[in-house]
Amino acid sequence: MAQATTLTVPAPTSGAALPRALRSLGLLRESWVGMVGAGLVLFWVAVALLAPLIAPFGPNATLVPFQKPGAAFAGNASVPPGTFWLGTDHLGRDILSRLIWGSRTVLTYAPLATLCAYTVGSIMGLAAGYLRGWVDDVLSRIADIILSFPVLVLYVIIIATFGASPINIIFAITFASGPGIMRIVRGLTLDLRSREYVAAAETRGDSPWRIMLVEILPNARGPVIVDACLRLGYVTITIGVLGFLGLGLPPPNPDWGGMINEARSMAMAFPHMTLFPCFAISSLILGFNLLADGLREISLRD
Amino acid sequence: MRLLFDENAPVLEIKDLSVSYSTRAGEIPAVIDFSLTVQKGESVGLVGESGCGKSTVAMAIMQHMGQNGAIKSGSIRFKGVELTKLRQEELRQLRGSKISMIYQEPFAALNPSLTLGRQLMEVPIVHEGVGEQEARARAIRVLGDVRIPDPERVMTAYPHQISGGQQQRVVIAMALLSNPALLLLDEPTTALDVTVEAGITKLIGDISKQYGTSQIYISHNLGLIREVCDRVSVMYSGEVVEEGTIYSLFTRPKHPYTHGLFGCIPLPSADKNAAPLRPIRGQLPLPHERPHGCNFGPRCDFFQAGRCDAKDIPMIAITGDGATADHRARCIRWSEIDFGATLARGQAKDPMEIGRTVLEVERMQKYYEVTDRSLAAIISGKRVRYVKANESLDFDARRGETVAIVGESGCGKSTFAKVLIGLETATGGEVRHDGQNIANIPVRGRTSKQIGSLQMVFQNPFDTLNPSHSIGSQIARVIKKFGVETDKAKIRERVLALLDTVKLPRDFYYRRPRQLSGGQKQRVGIARAFAGNPSMVIADEPVSSLDVSVAAAVTELLMDIQRKHKTTLLFISHDLSVVRYLADRIVVMYLGQIMERGTTEQVFGPPYHPYTEALLSAVPIADPQVTKREIVLEGNLPSVLNPPKGCPFTTRCHRKIGRICDDERPPMQMAAEGHAIACHIPLADLRQVEPVITARRDQGRPQVAQHT
Repeated sequence: MAQATTLTVPAPTSGAALPRALRSLGLLRESWVGMVGAGLVLFWVAVALLAPLIAPFGPNATLVPFQKPGAAFAGNASVPPGTFWLGTDHLGRDILSRLIWGSRTVLTYAPLATLCAYTVGSIMGLAAGYLRGWVDDVLSRIADIILSFPVLVLYVIIIATFGASPINIIFAITFASGPGIMRIVRGLTLDLRSREYVAAAETRGDSPWRIMLVEILPNARGPVIVDACLRLGYVTITIGVLGFLGLGLPPPNPDWGGMINEARSMAMAFPHMTLFPCFAISSLILGFNLLADGLREISLRD
Repeated sequence: MRLLFDENAPVLEIKDLSVSYSTRAGEIPAVIDFSLTVQKGESVGLVGESGCGKSTVAMAIMQHMGQNGAIKSGSIRFKGVELTKLRQEELRQLRGSKISMIYQEPFAALNPSLTLGRQLMEVPIVHEGVGEQEARARAIRVLGDVRIPDPERVMTAYPHQISGGQQQRVVIAMALLSNPALLLLDEPTTALDVTVEAGITKLIGDISKQYGTSQIYISHNLGLIREVCDRVSVMYSGEVVEEGTIYSLFTRPKHPYTHGLFGCIPLPSADKNAAPLRPIRGQLPLPHERPHGCNFGPRCDFFQAGRCDAKDIPMIAITGDGATADHRARCIRWSEIDFGATLARGQAKDPMEIGRTVLEVERMQKYYEVTDRSLAAIISGKRVRYVKANESLDFDARRGETVAIVGESGCGKSTFAKVLIGLETATGGEVRHDGQNIANIPVRGRTSKQIGSLQMVFQNPFDTLNPSHSIGSQIARVIKKFGVETDKAKIRERVLALLDTVKLPRDFYYRRPRQLSGGQKQRVGIARAFAGNPSMVIADEPVSSLDVSVAAAVTELLMDIQRKHKTTLLFISHDLSVVRYLADRIVVMYLGQIMERGTTEQVFGPPYHPYTEALLSAVPIADPQVTKREIVLEGNLPSVLNPPKGCPFTTRCHRKIGRICDDERPPMQMAAEGHAIACHIPLADLRQVEPVITARRDQGRPQVAQHT
């Protein structure tokens, strides 16, 4: 109990928020699983950011088809010579360059789709968990109905109906994973709504939306961040699957799932065309999953 | 392999035990240099505030300290066998058979998916290999010993089908089944109501006599320790600071910390005006920041630089002045300090002026509707039943006054607070605050002036502040919301002034709640309640989950602010000693109804309502000079769905006079001006009842008991 207080204490200054956030991220060092995950994710983020600098060729430049990994390229009129480190595909495009540029696609749309799904899911979950009553009944039943469909069928229906475009992919993912997020947030809200600080906000007459967004949501962040990390992995898979099914981004722009799909029929003869995009997808997903595991591990420790 | 016990050795002998936990912040010593001897049949109390290491001692005895705990040095001998050197399978022979432990929360100690009988029978079957038949017979016999009224039925019941008090009795029975030599009790009654606690406490005392079991009783409650133990060790910051027999230590505490603790508890001799509580200043040092020399040094009024902080202080035997031989204290100045010369109680304060009426409650009712969906209910047509949380409450409160609502869990005191604050609306009757009827206006229908003038301090300090926002912004929000100030700079200034009022440093403005201790959080809670200049504040058990010394400081603070602002305080509590200390008037509730109301003197002296009488008897008092009449209530609180038709207390009343109690609502009898008792017993008979608490003042502790 600090009782010795002088009234002449200078006005306090704000504790910087950014260093605090960085320090709590620094705790990740305690979990090697988390470090490996963060390393993988950061590697792909760096690759995506530096794509124009590190990609040896243009992603859509057709050079020499069916080259094995490591084959040298003599150069032509418009493209200087170099090496096809991971070989080329049936149209003669450099696989390494396409992977590098393709990371931009997945790292743009996966977080964007997850964010959208979270926005919708959180608001639904908060409303259902806090307001209860008929709001809860209606929202929960809607979620049940959506969750009772096979997810893949849902994607195919949505994208086949509205066409393959980035917006529609995001919409499809939001639609399919929103209900799952809603259930998590609803559960957390049910627990948090009985806290006394919520009662304190109610007794000063705060509006329900203020209570949900300012009093409850920030305190649900722990489990939500871990789940978001896992879900990023699932969304990456989904985008890959959509690409593979031909429902992803329209060609010729590089898309990992699409690359696998295009090379699928030649997988026996030219395995490198499918293997390398597969590795790229799994390493990124592994990164997200390990990062989520690490975050969960450090959040459980005291 | 069988362990060989020496039956002549003490049941437990701990010597120079040190226990450490390894955490992120490095190795933290939790218990330092702890010694204790427990003889056969003896009951030893371990008392101290949270974080003093008392539970760690129990865990060390059980050799169960989790992943990061380790015994650094010292020995623990159980009947001559060194426990620290035993292997896991040898320990398994001991745990639950020779040494049993009873935990704080009975519902967590019982497996919800097994019948109680199965769980009880397991003990002799596993430890002694007896057959089903005999195990069953023994379980039933022990259940009878712990005074469970219907052992056969309880054997087939699941834990959720019996009450909390009954559950704790079953846990005790389970611990006794193997006839242990040592029983470890870690706050066994803290989670229970006072009247239930009184029954369990008595049972534990009787049982140890009957079975000859030695006990280590861990508690934060000095009063309870006084009632159940022969000897006591007071712990502070990982060390024992004082030990001795109950009488010697309670009448002549020699360590300044022990002495300070007595100044913090509202003994019958304390009075909010004449002899207020005297909180211990400062706070418990963090385990890795303990000071050099005496751990209590920085908080001690008798600290002498150069002596107290020179080297580690050993335990020193207390002699003379009627002290018993084994009375020891960890204080090198014990013989020099004259506690009588300093004022053990705080400075006397002027009584408050009582002003106009602020709150009038008239026949207020709050019913909750419960829809019964069972088939029987549909057939009989009685689908809607009512839980009568509050039944025709009648009382008022005036400006500057403290009115306490007392009752056990489920008596409807928190429901009443919810109606007042507007989280619920009343079913009937009127609640007038500053002349306006607010009984039917939910909080969102009230004006911000109405909301601001009626605020609340919540119970749980760990729950009362939003962990995601800074202290300053949470207080500022209230000021903004109630329109006390609108200018940003002025709001900030007012928040800082409020922090000064509740005696917190100004740089707490930017702190987060998790950086604060429980007491500090509760201070912020008080600042928040007073931010809107309320005319009335409802405090729902504001100090019940705080440590003794912190609770004293928060109680005093609350009353100082009340004094300054002439606020009406509605104090909701189950703890009669706190209530006696700070209330002007008391309302005693049971099952949603008022049993008795009057001034504090009227309620605490005869004539009593029989329930008030039982409550008074149930509260443990940490003063050996005080004698109490023992009244132990039988039975459980009736279900609120199905309360007795007549007097609500009839099922447990020890003064029941007959059929009339079961069949008719008792009348409100006026015993004196403002003193009402709802009972069928004629007032003349109630007046004959002797006082429950009598103080012997002939040889009272002169230092503390100077006021009556």
